[in-house]
Parts: sequence; C-alpha cells; structure tokens
Amino acid sequence: MCVCPGPRRIAIPVRSSRLPLLSDAMPAPAHLFPLIRNCEISRIGSTACYCHHKHLCCLSSHFAHSHFRYAPQKKFAALYRPKEHFNNFIHARDYASTPQRFYLTPPQVNSILKANEYSFKVPEFDGKNVSSILGFDSNQLPANAPIEDRRSAATCLQTRGMLLGVFDGHAGCACAQAVSERLFYYIAVSLLPHETLLEIENAVESGRALLPILQWHKHPNDYFSKEASKLYFNSLRTYWQELIDLNSGETTDVREALINAFKRLDNDISLEAQVGDPNSFLNYLVLRVAFSGSTACVAHVDGVDLHIANTGDSRAMLGVQEEDGSWSAVTLSYDHNAQNEHEVERVKMEHPKSEEKSLVKQDRLLGLLMPFRAFGDVKFKWSIELQKRVVESGPDQLNDNEYTKFIPPNYYTPPYLTAEPEVIHHRLRPQDKFLVLATDGLWETMHRQDVARIVGEYLTGVHHQQPIAVGGYKVTLGQMHGLLTERRARISSVFEDQNAATHLIRHAVGNNEFGTVDHERLSKMLSLPEELARMYRDDITIIVVQFNSHVIGAYQNEEL
Amino acid sequence: MFLRLLSDIQWRAAHPKWRRMPGSQRSASTSAEPHPLSLPAQAQVVICGGGIMGTSVAYHLSKMGFKDIVLLEQGRLAAGTTRFCAGIVSTARPMSIELKMAHYSNKLYQQLEQETGVQTGYMKTGSISLAQTQDRLISLKRIASSLNVMGIPCEIISPKKVSQLHPLINIHDLVGAMYVPEDALVSSANVSLALATAASRNGVQIHERTSVSHVTIQKGRVTGVETDRGRIQCEFFVNCAGQWAYELGHSGEEPVHIPVHACEHFYLLTHPLQEPLSNSLPTVVDPDGRIYIRNWQGGILSGGFEKNPKPLFTEGRNQLEIQNLQEDWDHFGPLLSALLRRMPGLEALQIMQLVNCPESFTPDMRCIMGESPTARGYFVLAGMNSAGISYGGGAGKYLAEWIVNGYPSENVWPLDLKRFGTLQSSRTFLRHRVMEVMPLMYDLKVPRWDFQTGRQLRTSPLYDRLDAQGARWMEKHGFERVKYFVPPGSDLLDLDHSKTFYKPDWFDIVGAEVKCCKEAVCVIDMSSFTKFEISSTGDQALENLQYLFSNDLDVPVGHVVHTGMLNEKGGYENDCSIARLSKRSFFMISPTDQQVHCWAWLKNHLPDDSNLVLEDVTWKYTALNLIGPRAVDVLSELSYAPMTAEHFPSLFCKEMSVGYANGIRVMSITHTGEPGFVLYIPIEYALHVYNEVMNMGQKYGIRNAGYYALRSLRIEKFFAFWGQDLDAFTTPMECGREFQVKLDKVHHLLHRVWWESRTGLKGCQPSRWMCLYGAVCSSCNIYSCTSAGC
Repeated sequence: MCVCPGPRRIAIPVRSSRLPLLSDAMPAPAHLFPLIRNCEISRIGSTACYCHHKHLCCLSSHFAHSHFRYAPQKKFAALYRPKEHFNNFIHARDYASTPQRFYLTPPQVNSILKANEYSFKVPEFDGKNVSSILGFDSNQLPANAPIEDRRSAATCLQTRGMLLGVFDGHAGCACAQAVSERLFYYIAVSLLPHETLLEIENAVESGRALLPILQWHKHPNDYFSKEASKLYFNSLRTYWQELIDLNSGETTDVREALINAFKRLDNDISLEAQVGDPNSFLNYLVLRVAFSGSTACVAHVDGVDLHIANTGDSRAMLGVQEEDGSWSAVTLSYDHNAQNEHEVERVKMEHPKSEEKSLVKQDRLLGLLMPFRAFGDVKFKWSIELQKRVVESGPDQLNDNEYTKFIPPNYYTPPYLTAEPEVIHHRLRPQDKFLVLATDGLWETMHRQDVARIVGEYLTGVHHQQPIAVGGYKVTLGQMHGLLTERRARISSVFEDQNAATHLIRHAVGNNEFGTVDHERLSKMLSLPEELARMYRDDITIIVVQFNSHVIGAYQNEEL
Repeated sequence: MFLRLLSDIQWRAAHPKWRRMPGSQRSASTSAEPHPLSLPAQAQVVICGGGIMGTSVAYHLSKMGFKDIVLLEQGRLAAGTTRFCAGIVSTARPMSIELKMAHYSNKLYQQLEQETGVQTGYMKTGSISLAQTQDRLISLKRIASSLNVMGIPCEIISPKKVSQLHPLINIHDLVGAMYVPEDALVSSANVSLALATAASRNGVQIHERTSVSHVTIQKGRVTGVETDRGRIQCEFFVNCAGQWAYELGHSGEEPVHIPVHACEHFYLLTHPLQEPLSNSLPTVVDPDGRIYIRNWQGGILSGGFEKNPKPLFTEGRNQLEIQNLQEDWDHFGPLLSALLRRMPGLEALQIMQLVNCPESFTPDMRCIMGESPTARGYFVLAGMNSAGISYGGGAGKYLAEWIVNGYPSENVWPLDLKRFGTLQSSRTFLRHRVMEVMPLMYDLKVPRWDFQTGRQLRTSPLYDRLDAQGARWMEKHGFERVKYFVPPGSDLLDLDHSKTFYKPDWFDIVGAEVKCCKEAVCVIDMSSFTKFEISSTGDQALENLQYLFSNDLDVPVGHVVHTGMLNEKGGYENDCSIARLSKRSFFMISPTDQQVHCWAWLKNHLPDDSNLVLEDVTWKYTALNLIGPRAVDVLSELSYAPMTAEHFPSLFCKEMSVGYANGIRVMSITHTGEPGFVLYIPIEYALHVYNEVMNMGQKYGIRNAGYYALRSLRIEKFFAFWGQDLDAFTTPMECGREFQVKLDKVHHLLHRVWWESRTGLKGCQPSRWMCLYGAVCSSCNIYSCTSAGC
C-alpha cells in the first residue's frame, strides 16, 4: 500500500526509462499522456487516486486537490516534483525509436503468478485426515514494490486449531510485517490454559527449551525479522506474565482470546514506539511499524468451530456448495470502511457531534484513511503532543519524512482508530467446502459470487459451463466450432494452476468482460512497470482453505 | 420430431383399424380412443418391443407360418432408439455372422416397400469407409475380403476415386478407402412400420401402449406374460425391449440376465446446403475421425462414436418413450472438428439440431440373441451396439428360425446370450465396459485385443504369484488368464502401441515358452476351464451321458475320454474331456466360455431326476497344467509314486498326493498333445502345490507359460478349438473325428438320426477347421485366434 505516489516517483526517476515500452503495451496510459502534457498534475493525481489508491489517500495529491490551503510551504514544493518526473517520462518516450509490442508469453505470465504460491496439505495418519481442514493454498501478487500485503498460517501446537490470516499494510509494509509475525503468537498465548502458560514461563525462567507454540507454514519469501525477535519476545512474555497473574480460572473463550490478542498487540506496537529502543535500527523499526498501518483478517479453525476476527477491509468468505452442486458465497466478516453504515455510525458515536462532518470525508476516515480499523497508524491514535514528541526525539530519517510529521486535519479527539476486531463465529457444515481470506485487492476486482464459483469449480475439478443450446437461432457449423474451441481453451486454463489462490489471482487480474481469463489482458496487467501497476490494481493476497466435509459431517453426526 | 410425424401418419394409413378415424387429431385420438382390440388371453408367441427388432421378429415369425403372435409395445411403434436411428444400412461389419445379417437386412429392406406399400425411404447410395493410416487400410482390406467371400461387391479405392464419389470430402490426409456400392439409407422408423404392417397382414396382433410388467416362468419354462392390461398365456416370449431389455429381464422372479447398457449417442442434423446435396450421395465413414456422414434432406446427418462416451440410465430409469435428452455441444466438439476437417466446405452450413439418443451396448460389442439359459421359451434380441437397422432384418430372421426350428440356419454362437453369465450383468461392470465398447466401434480392430475394463473379476488363487512373475493377462468369461510371462528385464510396448497387424513384440517370448514345453516342462494355470461333476445313485449318469455324447463313456474307472457333445444334427455343442471318477460319477472339463451354454444344454437334456446330480465345480479346483517331457519327473518326485507310462498311461485319472497336499486329481492329459499332466487341486492347496512344483521343477528347467503357448502347441497338433474351429454346425466327420463317434454303444442316441443319414459319406466333407491356417477364421476374425475357443 502506498504512502503516496508522488514521493516514490521522485525517489526513483531513473526507472522511467522503462516506461516507453508501456506506451505500446497499454492503451490506458496512452490516454493519460495528453493530460500529462497539459501539466494538469492535480487531475493526474486524482485520477490515480480514484483508480486504486485505497487505504491511505495520497497526501500530496489530496493537498493539491482539496487541502491546498492547509499545506505548509515545504509540502507545496514537494508537490511540484512529480512534474519533473513526468517531464522525464515524456522525454524518455521520445527515445523509443520504433513502437514494439511487448507481451509476456504464457510461461512468463505463469512464472510471475506462481512466484509466491504456497500450498499446505494437512498430513494424514493411517490414510485418514482427522482434521476438518484438508489444507490450504495461498498466493500473493504485488502491485506495490515492495508488496505491502502479508500472510500467515500456522498450526497451534499447545491447543487445537489452525490460524490463517491476511494483512494489508499501508504507508509501508512495516506494520503488516510485524503483525504477520506477532499476531498469531498473541492469539495462541491468549488461548493457552493457565498450566501451559506457567510451564512456558518456568522454562524461560530456568533457561530450558520452550514448548513450541506454533508450527508455521511459510513460503520461502515470507520472512521474520531477526533483529526484532528479542524485543517482540519480551513484549509477548510480558503479556503472558500478565495473563498468569490475571488467572481467571475460566476456560478460554476463542472470541475473547482473539479480541484480547488484537488489542494487546496494537497496544504493544504503540508502547514500543513510545519507549523507543537503544539500538538505532530497532528504534527506527518500531517507529516505522507504529507509523504505518495494517488491516488483519484472521481465521481460527478448530473442528467445526470457525472464528473470523477482522480488523479493516480484508474479507473472509465461505464457499458453500448447494444441493444442486452450484456454489454460493457467505461473507464471514464486515468490512470496516465507509461503505459499512454501522462502522460509520460507530466512529461518529465515539467523537463529539461537532466533528461529525469532518470524521468521514470522501469515504475516508478524516478524509485520509480508508479502513476504519487498523493496527499501527499511531497518527490516528496518539495525541498531537505525543506524536510531535516522538517524532522530534526520533531518528533523522523519521524527521525527514513528510508523512510522519503531518498531522491529520480536524484532529481533535484522538484516538480515531482502533485495532479491535469484530469476531464472527460459524459452525462448519458439510456443505461448507472452502474459506477464502483475501485482501481488498481481490474483492475490488471480483464479486464474491464469482469467487465462490471459480474456486468451487477449481477444487471440484468440475467446470460448470452453461450448456450451449442452438434453439431457434441460426448458427453455422463453423461458428459453433469456433465457439466450442474457445470453451475448451477456457476449461483447459482451469488445469493450468495447481494452486486455488493462483487460479483466483489469474481470474482477478485477467478476467475480461465475459468473466473468462483473457491472456492478452493478463499479460498487459502483469507487464506494467512498478510505478504504474499500482494505478491498475492493488496488492492481492489470497488464502484458500479447503475443508474436509467427511470430518465435518462426522462431527455433526456425533452431536446428533 | 418430424420423422415421428411422418411415421405416425403412414402407420395409420397402412393399418386397417385406423382408417376409420379420418381427420381425428393424432395425439388426442390415441390417448382418448379405447384400445381397438382387447388383449387375447392366450398366444403362442408374445413379443415385447415395437422397435425394429420386435417388428422384424414378428414379420419373420409370421412369414414362417406362426399365426398366434402378439406384439406388445409400451409406447408407440418405433418410438425408442429406432425412431432416432441414423438409418444407415451398412454391410461392412467385422464379423462374418454380423455381415450376413446386415446383407440379409439390406436385401429385405430393398423389396419391403414393394411388398407392403409403406414408404421406407430406401435409397441405395453406397458407402465409403476412409483410411487415414496404413493400419486402417489393412483393417478395411480385411473387411473387404470377407465381403468378397460373401459375394457382396466391394472394392478398395484410391483417395482420388473418393473425391469423384463424393465432392465434399477433403482427401489430403487419406491413404485409401473402401467402397461398398450396395449399402443403403432408409428411414428406420418407417422400415419398422412396414415390417409391422406386413406382420399384421399376416395375422400378428399389435398392441401399442401396453407394457409388460413381468414374464411368468414355471419349472424353467415361460408360461405367460403379465401386462398392465391383463395376462397373456404363451409358449414363447421374445424380449426385444432394447435399452429396457435389462430391466425387463430382471422384473420377474427368476431373472434373465441381459447385459446391455445405454450410452448417449449424438448426431447432428443440418439445414440443406445452398445447392442441396443429392440423396444418392454415398454415406461416408471416417473411423479415424470417429464420425459418419450421410446425406439428409439436402443437408447432412453426421454423428460418431467418441472416445469418452456418456453412459446413461445406469440406475435404471424406465422412461416410457425416450424424451429428448439434452444436447451437449461441448461433448460433440471433437466430432464436429473431425467433420469440418473431413468436409471443410460445410463451415457455412446452418445447424438444425443436435440429436441425443440412447443406444444400447453390450460387453463385447456383439449383439445379443437367443434363448435364456434358465428359462426355456424366453428369447432375447437386444443390444445392437448402434447397428440396429443394419442387423434388424437378419437378426429377426435368425431369431424366428430359432423359435420355429430350435436353431437358426447359421452359427450364431458369437451372438448367443449364453456366452454371458450372471457375472456380466452387474450395472457397474456394464457401465464401465460400455464406456470402453463404444469408442471401440471406430477403433482399429487388430487381432488379440483384450478389454481393459471390468477386469480381475474371477481370478485363480495364484493370480498374485503369477502377476509378480511378469504375467500379462487376458480375460475370458470374466476369468483372468495368463497370455505369457514377460521375462525380467525385457521391455514390451505399452498397450496403445502394441496394436499391430504384424509380428507382435511378444512373439519370441511365447516362442521360448513353447520351446520349454517341448523340451523340459512348463506350468500353465488353467483354472478358468469349466468343470462339471455328474453323479447319480444308480446308472442314470452313465446312461444319460451316453445319450448326449458321441464317444463311449462306459470305460473303466480312472479313464479319461475325449468326446463331443453333439446336437441332433451331429454338430458340436461342446468339445470336452470326461473322466470317470467312479462307476457312477463323472468329471467333465469344457472350454471356459461353455459354463453357461453347456450347463443349459445339460439341464435341458437331462431328465428331471433327483437321483441325478449335476454340479458346477469350476470354482472348487485350481488346475495346473504340467506340459513337457520332464513333467513326469517333477510329479514322481513330488508324490513318490511311479508316473511312468505303464503305471500312469495316457488319458488316465488318479487321485494322489502332491507335496503335502492329498486328494489332488491328476490326469494324464495336457490338451495340447504333448506329454504331461493336469492337476486339479482343491483351491486351498493351490499355492502349496504350485510352490512345490516350481521348487522341484527347478532342476528340470521348469518355467511358467501362458495361453498363447498352449494355443501354439494345439495348433501344431491340429487340435481344434470349440467356438472357433468347431461349432454347432460342424460334425465330427468334417473335422476328422469320426473315431470319436461310437454308435454301437447304446441304441438310444441323440444324434443317431444324423449319423445314420451320414454313414457312407465318410470323409467327403472338407475339414472346416482347416481354415485355422487361412488368413481369417470362420466365426470371428476380430479377435482372431486367441479370444475365441477354449
């Protein structure tokens, strides 16, 4: 997720030499050029913003656009730098002697799509899989460079169940990265019984080996930061020590555990930033984590009990197979954004009536932030004084960053933002075949019904196509032959992917108006340079969890 | 459907009963009108099914003088598969009996319009079968030569000639073609109606909208038919119910197993071409493209047999008339591609309809006719494998002859219902098998082809042991038998690539096995052979066997006799070996596929005497055949008994111990003419005896061998195979076996009349089984040497 396109472009003007290729590959940028020539920067900015800058509106463009008056002089100067960049762009274009068509071949497309794919199959014992989960497929496709989405999956070892989550970062990837590393530990610890917590604490105390809490299922590209692990561990230890002291003696409720873990982690992120760290690298890291933000959509599956904890605008969707074999979608989370009336209502309730008008502007929180709940984003949580103090005492890099120094407009009664999730519990039924967790990059390109159908058909290997009927129409043999050949090609695309998430991304990016994957479109979308990709699509991260209907059916029968 | 419309009008015009209802609306009239005739209480023959088969049987029965015939149709005449039939009468059939049926049908349909006055749409167009490969051309040449033997004009033509015969064909990828100028097109529904019209003129009562609920059988004989309109007592019942034949067979208390299963079959109808196609243009069959194309009302009709058929009604939905099934264009896609490749000029031709109709298929791609093995008087004619119109006339004729004379005028064993047992009537088996059979319609028909589905049903206890030693398997009557053993290290072609008309890659492997049989000793598992025991309290067993078999069975206990089971005309119904176990019990060994046929024959000819017991003991014994000069050494070492010729002469049977196992029935016969023994081992001892034999045999160079080796040995010794070289029309005199006919043994003899009429004609008939050495064998040239016979 971008901070804003302006500064990034300034940072890497050299890259623009690659742009000429694009003018032939993409029809859309070509029609942008006249606008650029007219130097209507504000319009470009808003177009870009309108296109795909979702979570956090690009500050600079918005300033040019609507908050012009409030912008300090320095910022104003910065705004004009993109113009230079675009001038470069136009010059570079002149160097391209001959227009060349540039398409990725299908293998190239596949290698891009499959670069981040990951699959996990729950191991079977004696030929039997006793888990309600068969396994999961996950994948992500970057639009930002580097990608700001994160994903996590892990099996709880000291309690039952499996955790899966997608995290959509904004204003950098630091917060999403931290949440993806830490949140599941907080959840697992919240779920642990008192005795296990004691055992762990004793082990740490006496320097013995710890009981493993989580077994991670990670793609090689999913990294954990080594430097911060000690810091993170200490925060986590403080948390479980508090839990031990609190010992309520009650059995842990999953819903509460999830809510507590979310809130606690966000609190720790905030505290770590306030306290700082003697190590300058770590000090900068915790500040970056706190000043960036991340949504989180986490699923906890234990037998037939499925809990979804959601903060922000990622979404969980259940794929249900109806009796007639068709697929339908059940959404298991509420988006926390301006489209959710309850959420708008909640925000308004939490602040004085005088702020009602400035709270939500242009479908954004304070006119800036798209998700209404998020981790990090201390800019929307801390008081102005605290923000100023931390920034000023912080390292120079932080001081130089326009974004961190900028205080949101109409900022009177913080906090405006919370990381508290909404938790939905669902009892799995045999007809619930799969769960899709995905960041908004997917949901803004595809309707959930299509997602359910595409994944369902992929997983069952059956491609339900509307049968062709000639009826009374005049169709020639040649036309019919062409139609059938095309349909066959479409079916074969299903079998190209070994990963349901990859398959879904292929559709999300390459779907044409008929709902089928158009290779040419896919190729164009994937060959966009980093600078432009963000205008046409967002980062997409998808986890598809496949359920074991037999086990779920058996659970049900036991209960009957 | 307009075909249907047309036929209704004509049928009514032809039928005297309907002439009195001018101008009445068709549908209303038939449903509202009470049935013009009430059902008779009694008839000689009741035929169920008013499609091409039922009407053809009725037609031929009435022609042969049967008067008291009732034909029942659950819906309307020619409303089932017959209505949807593409109407191609093609004589290019791979089996000679099918070819004869198709030839007869063609001649019959040609004069049918003249005979009945009903328009049949008969048009002699000829047919062209195209070859895209040299192998295909060879298979066409094989068919062409059998057509020529029958005197049916037929020639192999060049691609250039093809384009002269049919202007639309793209000939660029062709290597040749077969042209059969006398093949024809008909409207199948109208042919059926014409046959019905002629039959009803000859006195056959036809009742539409009458469905048979079940057939009553008492003491193994048909006694009557229960319908929704009452009961009809009858002597003969004919099941011509097409795709409903299976269910009808299972509806009664005593099921009659008719292994048919329906598949969806698609064909395309188009609007006329801009310049309408001539209706005399020949039909085109492109087996490599899996399609057929005929001219149809100025446009074309094109269908095919795809690689991935869609079986239908496995669960047995019994719908009254075939409702229009869903068109499935995606499924038809590959066939459409083949069509446009063959006739690129048709691109702009407008589609009228894609017809989907169920066709019935059988487990071996041959139709089913004949009498039930369990219920006398219950006849079946069904499972036409989508060639109903081609076979209709001939099949009806043969079945009518069967009912009237007791046996048809041709050898129809390849089509006999008794080639199947109950084991082929599992719905799962049928579903899987028909999915293999339907594509086979247009597959290359090479010799020695084995079905791959529905396998491993009946196996010997040694199956796993043999399989681990490299056995390659074939199937006969559901029983897995070893073809040959692939030595370790040698690599054979996979199944698809092993299809050849030339020297197969296993040739040398079998050669080595044969050599070992000749020089040392080999073991062949022969458990599949049919084994019966016949015993009685008194002399009934001997008396009855003497009556049924040609050779003298009154031999000392412990002797084995090779004999034929002859019918009244002296033809071989079975060719078997009989051992006299005691004075009053006999052990009979017959070919594998005789299990049902021989049982039925014996049941029908043995008196109903509780003191005479016939038992099928096939499953009780594992048979190991030790062939070769050293077999005697192996056995004597294992049993510590002298096995030399003076102690154990040829054609002798003794119970003895082999290894630890006692009570092994050892016979000094190998079915090959080579020295050796067959061990009949109670199955629990099978593994032990096999292990002992293999261990002991090591020093004598023992090895496993398969059926191909056995066949090779038999052919060398002029041993005939029943079903292939011998059949119900072959007499002992024609195959040099008159020495096996003993007349003086008893006065009472089934085939005495034949024999006495033949005395003095000794040896004047050519040996029919000599054709074994010709290119094509008489009864079955698809599966050639190995799948027919023992």
